[in-house]
Amino acid sequence: MVVAAEAAAHLEASDSDGQLRLVPRGEWTLASASALEGEIEKAVAKAERSVTVDLSDVDHIDTAGGWLITRLEREIGAKGVAVTVEGGSDNVMRLLAALKDAERELPPRKKRQSVVVELLEGIGRGMYGAVSDAEAGLNILGGVAVGFLKALVNPSRFRITSVVFHIDRAGLRAVPIISLMSLLIGAIIAQQSAFQLRPFGAEVYVVDLVGVLVLRELGVLLTAIMIAGRSGSAFTAEIGSMKMREEIDALDVIGLDVNEVLVLPRILALVIALPLLTVVADFAALVGGGLVSWFYVGLPPSAFIMRLRDAVYVSTFWVGIIKAPFMALIIGIIAATEGFRVQGSAESLGARTTSSVVKAIFMVIVVDGLFAIYFSAVSY
Amino acid sequence: MAVRKTSVPVKSETVIRGRGITVGFGERKILENLDIDVYRGEILGIVGASGTGKSVLLRTILGLQAKTAGSVEILGQPYDDAEPAIRAKIDQRLGVLFQQGALFSSLSVLQNVEFPIREHLKLSPRLMEELARLKIDLVGLAPEAADRLPSELSGGMIKRASLARALALDPDIVFLDEPTSGLDPIGAAEFDALIATLRDTLGLTVFMVTHDLDSLYTVCDRIAVLGDRHVLIEGTIKDMLAFDHPWVQKYFRGARARRLEEQA
Repeated sequence: MVVAAEAAAHLEASDSDGQLRLVPRGEWTLASASALEGEIEKAVAKAERSVTVDLSDVDHIDTAGGWLITRLEREIGAKGVAVTVEGGSDNVMRLLAALKDAERELPPRKKRQSVVVELLEGIGRGMYGAVSDAEAGLNILGGVAVGFLKALVNPSRFRITSVVFHIDRAGLRAVPIISLMSLLIGAIIAQQSAFQLRPFGAEVYVVDLVGVLVLRELGVLLTAIMIAGRSGSAFTAEIGSMKMREEIDALDVIGLDVNEVLVLPRILALVIALPLLTVVADFAALVGGGLVSWFYVGLPPSAFIMRLRDAVYVSTFWVGIIKAPFMALIIGIIAATEGFRVQGSAESLGARTTSSVVKAIFMVIVVDGLFAIYFSAVSY
Repeated sequence: MAVRKTSVPVKSETVIRGRGITVGFGERKILENLDIDVYRGEILGIVGASGTGKSVLLRTILGLQAKTAGSVEILGQPYDDAEPAIRAKIDQRLGVLFQQGALFSSLSVLQNVEFPIREHLKLSPRLMEELARLKIDLVGLAPEAADRLPSELSGGMIKRASLARALALDPDIVFLDEPTSGLDPIGAAEFDALIATLRDTLGLTVFMVTHDLDSLYTVCDRIAVLGDRHVLIEGTIKDMLAFDHPWVQKYFRGARARRLEEQA
């Protein structure tokens, strides 16, 4: 590219008895558009009788410069002043001709609504969203239930490979992190309760506290929360990106039931894996509690186990485990529902994945509360 | 892009000069010792069988694909090993239309087109919107399309919107990766005409990877055929027809090609 010493772009104006002559000079390009915009406005203000724009001295012009000249012409024309553009090379005139047909006015901006209306609109949308969430979730639950029944009638429809694959991914591979987390939680509960019970000389009740709390509530709750974050998000992202790439539609037209192919194996895997992980979590938390009792309270493992046998019943363990499949179902259904809601954009994939995890964790805690009410009502 | 008052179509000015480009994935070499030149103001069509590395060549020139040997000069400056600041300067003079459009999915069409302008230049919001709408208009999209999201556009509209974004900074060179694939013949012909018009009015140089014989016949000034890891032949349609190579003969002398030739 030949770069001569190019003058800075400007618009030269000379006035001779009401005849305004505008001579653009220099580089009329996107880079200088910002400065030129101001000069154009000044020139428009000066235009009174007739105006001539002489393009013969402009060095270089691109669409931005061309647009500014078109705008100059239009705005002077709008004031009712005659304007002629002349002197440009063939190329420049061709560019200007192409720009002249371009859209004339910016469309009006959308008016902002008042805060009250926006607030009400937000609440309305929220309510409507909650109802349609529930509806979509029930739809998927129904689809999965039908798929499951069909598979029971005709076991060859079971996607065993897929189920095992998801058990491996969502279950087996979660064992290390679940064990570590539960071990620490068990230890922390034991340490805190020992510290609080010490003034009463009731340190031995640490075992009761850890045993009951972990087996009934914390083991399953924390495992479910971890799985909602770990696997629920993955399910939503997988199903969501399949939706974005029309893979879901492809399954549909091949004549397969999406719920049966994608959702059922994942939910089944969670329903199997979550109770097993809960058992792992229970044991790890008891080990954590036992270690703290040993080193911090001075209760040897044999005494810990003896005490534990008196403190908890088999039913304590079952109260925790029975909740796990329900929580798995909730996590799976919410993950699938949100996954199918993903629209075309990357942003919506992120938003849906976030909302999948948040909703799943919230619902898991709500359901845990409902179970607690139920079990205390039946005194189990 | 430049309409210079002194501009004479000079074929000697090379805007892209690739020398000895070699690209391989592991053991497999896709391009080997490939030379390519693109001249100012021309529309160069790159053709070749599937898997001969057309898109790889485009990506390599743009520095999106690592090469094992060779050099790339763009607009007279070394591009491949340039300082990031110099490279960014050159990048502002290039526009790329990716095969799938690659529009930012969370921005509207208007925001997509404004995006490069907003990032690189300080313009008033009014001028920025006017220029973006101008580009949207130039590529033949309806004004209403400006406020839509990419997921709400048809395939042809995505290509046009993407071209509008590629043109946002008034580039000197635009790279088009299969611009007419997935368009109906009428849409494809319109797109070809659009590219020719833009070249004529804006003085663009166009590097176009294509499979579309219509495009090759109607808008391309020069064609380069890729095969056997390098450029088999470059020249006009006439040169292609005269060139004795089985794939080139089959491609340009096939039934579809003959129909076009009769019309031509």
